[in-house]
Amino acid sequence: MKRALTLIVAAALLVSCAAVLSGCGSDTEQVTINVLNWGQYISEGDDDSLDVIAAFEEKYPNIKVNYSTYDSNEVLYTKLAAGGVTVDVIIPSDYMIGRMIAEGLVQELNFDNIPNYKYIDDSFKNTDYDPENKYSVPYTWGTVGIIYNSKYVSEEDVTGWELLWNQKYADKILMFDNSRDAFGIAEYMLGYSANTTDPAELQACADKLAEQKPVVQQYVMDQIFDAMENEEAWIAPYYAGDFLTMQEVNPDLAFYMPEHQGFNLFIDAMCIPTCAKEKEAAETFINFLCDPEICGQNLDFLGYSATEAAAKEYMDPEMASSEIAYPSKETLAAGTTFSYLPEDTSRLMEKLFMEVRNG
Amino acid sequence: MKKTKSVLLTTPYILWMVAFTLIPLGVVAYYALTDPATGEFSLTNIRELGMYLPVLGSSIWYSLVSSAICLLLGYPVAYYIAHRSPLVQKFLYMLVMLPMCMSFLLRTLAWVGLLQDTGIINRLLGLIGIGPVTLIRTPGAVILGMVYNYLPYMVLPLYSTIVKIDHRLVEAAQDLGCNSRKVFSKVILPLSMPGILSGVTMVFVPAVSTFYISQKLGGTDTVMIGDVIERQFKQGSNPNLGAALSLVLMILVFVCTGIMNRFGGDEEGGVIA
Repeated sequence: MKRALTLIVAAALLVSCAAVLSGCGSDTEQVTINVLNWGQYISEGDDDSLDVIAAFEEKYPNIKVNYSTYDSNEVLYTKLAAGGVTVDVIIPSDYMIGRMIAEGLVQELNFDNIPNYKYIDDSFKNTDYDPENKYSVPYTWGTVGIIYNSKYVSEEDVTGWELLWNQKYADKILMFDNSRDAFGIAEYMLGYSANTTDPAELQACADKLAEQKPVVQQYVMDQIFDAMENEEAWIAPYYAGDFLTMQEVNPDLAFYMPEHQGFNLFIDAMCIPTCAKEKEAAETFINFLCDPEICGQNLDFLGYSATEAAAKEYMDPEMASSEIAYPSKETLAAGTTFSYLPEDTSRLMEKLFMEVRNG
Repeated sequence: MKKTKSVLLTTPYILWMVAFTLIPLGVVAYYALTDPATGEFSLTNIRELGMYLPVLGSSIWYSLVSSAICLLLGYPVAYYIAHRSPLVQKFLYMLVMLPMCMSFLLRTLAWVGLLQDTGIINRLLGLIGIGPVTLIRTPGAVILGMVYNYLPYMVLPLYSTIVKIDHRLVEAAQDLGCNSRKVFSKVILPLSMPGILSGVTMVFVPAVSTFYISQKLGGTDTVMIGDVIERQFKQGSNPNLGAALSLVLMILVFVCTGIMNRFGGDEEGGVIA
């Protein structure tokens, strides 16, 4: 009996090995693209929204999308820089695109395959990070501000970024778990440039962040959704688009942009890494996301701001006219974009942030 | 003939060990001793380790406390199981194993749902007018998470050692006039030493290098060495420092298990995993 069992197990193992080996090689026509995107950053069909990836696969049946997510630009960078991966489409933010272009991690796009690029508004072309529009196609843009729960946080305390340092709300404050966004806040508070490379200024920012640590509940990225919606935390800096999503779940949440101190204005754009294997299919995917109808429905769900005016037609009018997604020109003037920092500065910032987190 | 057969049978595993344990270890050591920017040999990573000594110290402390609690909780359970009828033993053994069938991440997340300020426990307390009580983001919560997740690793080796203790030795001690406390301290405890050592090791080693539990159940102060290493690789873009930290952790684990082995003497050959 035992012997028979052993034989069966051995046979099963052999068969499964053979299946794995023969699995490669077949299905030559079918192409799979690996898309790596921020978490909660594409409409996936919840609450009657459009399932963007399913719609794409339906329109292009020979392309299969293998979709996965990352937490922050830094995590994405580490993944690509370490090598050994095949990724066909990524959607990093402005400063990270600049860094990836400089380090040769992304490749030039063939715009013949992306005719929908014509819909992109001119204000999102010829940017600092990609001055000649060779490497990237804008996906969304947005601002960083403070999300707070108006049930627990009194309005008079909402005066600026210092709200995130307020002892009164100790252990109810969340903070960014990535160095660039976290240092950005300290830089705006201390009146430095958001793109400073001065080590002394960065050290002062690190000290400021260390001072904040005792009142911080957790350093998080997308866990913020749950924590703010369930009122486990009351105050958190985050992206405006995600605020609109959270507010739908918990209407007590409010958004504040510290205009007098400055805030980050970002563009996230689609790129094709150098390690991509299916460039043409990747360009087809990028083109699909730029289709005004798809873009409109996608961003209607996401809450992030559209980089093409034509997309607004396909959005809920309330979203298309939202003051938070599309702030006034005066408000936007107070925002600054992050640009690519030299390698030394990035490294120093990472190191200081690690010290804050571990100290 | 027999010899060639055994060589043939062990070769695959030895190759496996070399390819997936020894060579990677060498890679870790190589990264630990090279400069992140230039790739040249340097001791900068090792020099930076000093900064992380307090984190390392507290990680060891948390895991020692968890191991001790696991032992205190696990020993009576293992003893109890070992003295039931074979059928009941099988059933209880399965019960101990049961939580391990569920994902470790899910089990830890479930504790978050229980302990957080807006969690189930605090909501129930709120109904009778207490709280909210701070349960999560405390050192206690981290230790709780470790004990909960690693307790089966303590109970199982203890059980398999205790169940093998020859009952005639206990009877002999009783015949020679030992009271029940003496029987335990002179006969049962020394004979279950191998199980205790193996259990403590099996709890301590994963606990000291854990990272998920402390991130979910701990606060901003309860950083474990595993968290630091994870961050170096995931977003710190300094894998070299991460490698140096891993190396130190590995050496530490070896030293700890070595000490425990020595401490336990060679009774029954010291069953160490």
